Amino acid sequence: MRFSKPAALVTGLAAVIGLAACGGGSDEGGTSAAPTKCTNKIVHADAPAVTVWAWYPNMAKVVDNFNNQHTDVQVCWTNAGQGQAEYDKFQTAISAKKGAPDVIMLEAEQLTGFEIQDALVDLAPLGAEKVKANFSEGAWKDVSQGSAVYAIPIDGGPMAMIYRKDIFDKYKITPPTTWDEYAEAAQKLKDAGGPAFGDIGSNVPALVTSLMIQKGAQPFQYDLSDKLNIGIKLDDQATKDVLNYWADLIKKGLVGKEDQFTTDYISGVVGGKYATYVSAAWAPGYLTGQGVGEGDDAGQFAVAPLPQWDESNPVSVNWGGSTFAVTSQSGNKEAAAKVALGLYADDASLEDGWKTQTIFPLNQSVLKSDEFVNAEVEFFDGQTANKDIYIPAENAYSGATYSPFTVYYYAQLQAQMAKIIAGSTTGDQAATDLHKQITDYAKSQGFTVR
Amino acid sequence: MSATTAKREPTVRRATTSKINRRHQIGWLFVLPFLIVFLAFLVAPLLYAGYLSLFTKGLATGTTFAGFDNYTRAFSDPSFRKGLWLVLRFSLVVIPLQLGVALVAALLLDEITGRLASFSRLMIFLPYAVPAVIGALMWGFLYSPSFGPVEQIASLFNVQAPFLLSSGNIFYGLLNIVTWQWSGYYMIIIFAALKSIDSSIYEAARIDGANAFQIALRIKTPLIYSALVLILIFSLIGTLQFFVEPQIVAPIANGSVTPDFTPNIYAFNLAFRYAQFNYASAISFSLGFVVFLAVAVFTFATRKRGGLFS
Repeated sequence: MRFSKPAALVTGLAAVIGLAACGGGSDEGGTSAAPTKCTNKIVHADAPAVTVWAWYPNMAKVVDNFNNQHTDVQVCWTNAGQGQAEYDKFQTAISAKKGAPDVIMLEAEQLTGFEIQDALVDLAPLGAEKVKANFSEGAWKDVSQGSAVYAIPIDGGPMAMIYRKDIFDKYKITPPTTWDEYAEAAQKLKDAGGPAFGDIGSNVPALVTSLMIQKGAQPFQYDLSDKLNIGIKLDDQATKDVLNYWADLIKKGLVGKEDQFTTDYISGVVGGKYATYVSAAWAPGYLTGQGVGEGDDAGQFAVAPLPQWDESNPVSVNWGGSTFAVTSQSGNKEAAAKVALGLYADDASLEDGWKTQTIFPLNQSVLKSDEFVNAEVEFFDGQTANKDIYIPAENAYSGATYSPFTVYYYAQLQAQMAKIIAGSTTGDQAATDLHKQITDYAKSQGFTVR
Repeated sequence: MSATTAKREPTVRRATTSKINRRHQIGWLFVLPFLIVFLAFLVAPLLYAGYLSLFTKGLATGTTFAGFDNYTRAFSDPSFRKGLWLVLRFSLVVIPLQLGVALVAALLLDEITGRLASFSRLMIFLPYAVPAVIGALMWGFLYSPSFGPVEQIASLFNVQAPFLLSSGNIFYGLLNIVTWQWSGYYMIIIFAALKSIDSSIYEAARIDGANAFQIALRIKTPLIYSALVLILIFSLIGTLQFFVEPQIVAPIANGSVTPDFTPNIYAFNLAFRYAQFNYASAISFSLGFVVFLAVAVFTFATRKRGGLFS
């Protein structure tokens, strides 16, 4: 409430001077008047328009599919940046109590942080129950809090180990099934004069968290029904073990320590600088988009299940995966809910999504279709990766619990990873420091820490 | 005669006063457009931020009045202190470096004439004309360990070039970027000051037997003292508010640029990432206080030598 008056004043002045002129009539949530600034074309101009922020690479096609099939509601889409860039804007809009879209694409681990600020709408009474059957229990758990449903899942990120067949063949390495074997293979490759076995960057806190959870760590215990209490456990043995494991590989020079998703890293992947890439089901699509798997390195990639700590008790984990949520700033929540439920849910969009490997669909209609199950994935040289690797990994995923301050937690984990990579801290120390930082932060935000 | 003067005097004064008043009013009219923008985009946000900084907001607890708690918290916050310490250290190195480069370049350009001189002047100034964002991106490429020219030259000699954005080297990596960016700009200011010196002074110095080096050191440099002080203050304020360059190289710097790298970056992250607008406002004001203090100390230390603020 404290923000509204001066914020309105500043915005008003900006509008007078002309800075907001291009915003047009879209200031009231965008649903009352037809928004003037959409990336896409509106097909039925008289239907209420719903503003959407999303960054999927094939979003233009998905939005067109939706708009062509609906006469009662239209989507006005903007790409407000990928991941953190979009969350920063959304967070600012929440603080300003103005400027958020009606529907927003969010990764599952970010939901709680926005739920606690009352920024998202419970979709259960708005039709979410009707689509529940389309999703697995794990996928649905990631978007729900008790009986409330805060988003509709779209894609998941079951994890696996992508590897280079040419390097594995040349040095006679078989895909490791456990992390111990992974370290052994890495040592073998180095001794034979081969490239780095993999890479762990400082900028992939979500990946590191998944690997910690795989070992049995439970970083957060949190339930919105008990809003003020949170359980934090980042200094447990499992977390320390995982951090020490990677610190050790880095120290021995067995894996690279380059930040991922950078030009340097991608050029390394193209050039065979890394033998493996521990990543999620969306990775092939991302890599293809960056030009990996074409030219000299075409057909060189294959995928194997994620290495395990205990082979007799395998654990499946998730990296990324996103959803569509309706914001509480939306002026027309019913229309917005219709979009959140229907966008990227029609057959044509889903098919385009998984065929271009933009998404790993969570919709059972695709997951169970023969075409998807038996698809021979071109990036993996015709390997039936969905059937062999990704579908079993997705089915075994049971959901996770996230904190309401994922952004802060990731920033601190990132800082600790940077220290580990620079060799200035140990896994044990990093876990202890991280635990203290996050606990202090939670207390400063008014939580009671268990 | 004296009676007449006495009689007329008040009339004259009244006329002058009203003329001045009218002129003042017209002056305000000219100032008005600036004043509106100034009030709307500087004074109002400042007051608002000051107001915000007196509250505290927790994710779970909501907003409460905090008085000056945020300020005591800021100055005992290791993140803020660490960032402050970094920019202070950075200032100590980068300001003399920039000033040295700018001064030497300006003195040299003042000596040579002709087409080459104006071309060189343009070339030295050019980095400033390149937007900081593009400059930082460009250096990110130049520093790149897999396809940057530095690495390629080093690999010719079979050595590995140091990665200038790693946590150990980023201080120097950024030092290079900032010096490159700003020296040309400062050079132009010094050069303009040099051009305004009366050349008869040089003639007198030459007659007294001074060589070019002595003229540069003993005559030109002292005469442009006020320009140097101006530059020092600019560069002090700029460096203490260090933001753009580290922020732009952050995604390629392997985690060397932490969220609390400099106080400004810290405030930015607090506000737009962690939704702590109140504490971010307090951090910004604390930084402003430090900048104010640094400038005050600096002008006090240089006041006797004449120039800008005397």
